[in-house]
Amino acid sequence: MYKKDNYKILSNTQLTRRSWLMVLEGDTRYLTAPGQFVNVAVDGKFLRRPISLCDYDAHTITLLYDIVGEGTEWMSHRKPGEYLDLLTGLGNGFDISECGASPVLLGGGVGVAPLLKLAKTLIVKGKKPIAVLGFNSAADVVLEAELKAAGVETYVSTVDGTYGTKGFVSDVIREKNLTPDYFFACGPLPMLRSLCGLDIPGQLSLDERMACGFGVCMCCSLETASGAKRICKDGPVFRKEELIWK
Amino acid sequence: MEMKNVDTSVVLSGVRLDNPVIPASGCFGFGYGMNEYYDINILGSISFKGTTRDARFGNPLPRVAECTSGMINSVGLQNPGIDKVISEELPKMRAVFHKPIVANISGFSIDEYVECCEKIDKEEQVAIIELNVSCPNVHGGGMSFGTCCESVSEVVKEVKKVITKPLYVKLTPNVTDIVSIARSAVDAGADGLCLINTMLGMRIDVRTRRPVIANVMGGFSGAAVFPVAVRMVYQVSKATGVPVIGCGGVETARDVIEMMMAGATAVEVGAANLRDPYACKNIIEDLPVWMERLRINSLSEIIGACE
Repeated sequence: MYKKDNYKILSNTQLTRRSWLMVLEGDTRYLTAPGQFVNVAVDGKFLRRPISLCDYDAHTITLLYDIVGEGTEWMSHRKPGEYLDLLTGLGNGFDISECGASPVLLGGGVGVAPLLKLAKTLIVKGKKPIAVLGFNSAADVVLEAELKAAGVETYVSTVDGTYGTKGFVSDVIREKNLTPDYFFACGPLPMLRSLCGLDIPGQLSLDERMACGFGVCMCCSLETASGAKRICKDGPVFRKEELIWK
Repeated sequence: MEMKNVDTSVVLSGVRLDNPVIPASGCFGFGYGMNEYYDINILGSISFKGTTRDARFGNPLPRVAECTSGMINSVGLQNPGIDKVISEELPKMRAVFHKPIVANISGFSIDEYVECCEKIDKEEQVAIIELNVSCPNVHGGGMSFGTCCESVSEVVKEVKKVITKPLYVKLTPNVTDIVSIARSAVDAGADGLCLINTMLGMRIDVRTRRPVIANVMGGFSGAAVFPVAVRMVYQVSKATGVPVIGCGGVETARDVIEMMMAGATAVEVGAANLRDPYACKNIIEDLPVWMERLRINSLSEIIGACE
């Protein structure tokens, strides 16, 4: 089920040059899985802005977002006490029922966002997730501390080598001799494409320009191995074998 | 506030609707997805997603762009094809929506329009066939039929031969003279008209110097086009006298009343649903309030009230 409601901003904090963390208070009954997203109404803009859930509990929603345009810029100017109009309960989210005991969570840039709630959910289920976060540079690193605080073994890679392993998340897997039995990933398309080459099963979360966010407008359609799918409604999370790379 | 008993019902070519509010094709899917937000049986009717003979995936992504008070889409008539619409989508729609529906049919040739309309005409839940000759997002079909009097006339004549239900032709605003196109449709036998479809538009990403939409151009809709829609509904309804479904930028009950005063018998709500899934519900709940405010007892009495 979906929910449209006004959520009260509790905090809105700049983490890096581009990344912000916003905590909102409101009805979270319709959030069913990590990897779901909310669609945020932005003053003066017609379309909502889809932002993935970084974390949530019985009363709060945490969003990690990058300023990528005027809509997210507007979000960054919102103050605690103000309200945002959100659609919640959107998307399928990650399915953690089929992963083994030690999955690896792979995030690139702001794509690390959904991994926090995912890791917490996996831990509750008795799994031992390892997180690998990839960024361009040391100044861009986010969520490392939060994941470690949640008890997750966490590694970082940076493209310029200024922090952690130099290179990409796949380089960390090699360098640290990680032997996961399953992967969950979210990040830029080239990263996701390369991760589909891992010889373990996995799920990947896609990002796309959307209009409605709830499956009626067909603006975010994807051709998959099982036919046309809506990233907003049938995704944003897809199994590795469903994705077709051209 | 004490509310008088106001009558919101309207009649489109013999089809009685509880109220004039119809979600526009392409902005409501086949209805059942929206039932997760509210009981969609409060709607007057639903115009389902534009359907063609064959399944279509549609255009490459991105298909959507932000605009001031509106949006551009270039979906490209993604749909599962007429046979699957009849065998899979209509039963799912029927399970949650218990009123007559509007079937939006598009095509790339006269034969295709005829074949699809003939099939959909036999479906009991379909009350009105909406002939989409105005989709701006496909090449060699859609809008190319709706921009010339002769082709509109030909497709309407051929479709009318094979159907029994009222035929409403959905017109594109991307023409020099909307009235002459409308007259051609009516002279060829159209029972009513629906206008406007989206206006051809374009946005450019100034950082990459590339079009935002992968297909370069797309259909511009949303509140920004409302005055254009009102103007065209006014011109066309005065000129033809057939019932008109007004469409384009409608967001509020006030907009519905304005569109009806311009000459519309019913009103479609499109892009507003995508920003606010409750747009149609809010309009339907606000209509009696606005009627009371404007001392309107029956909505039917304001159709074309603007002289």
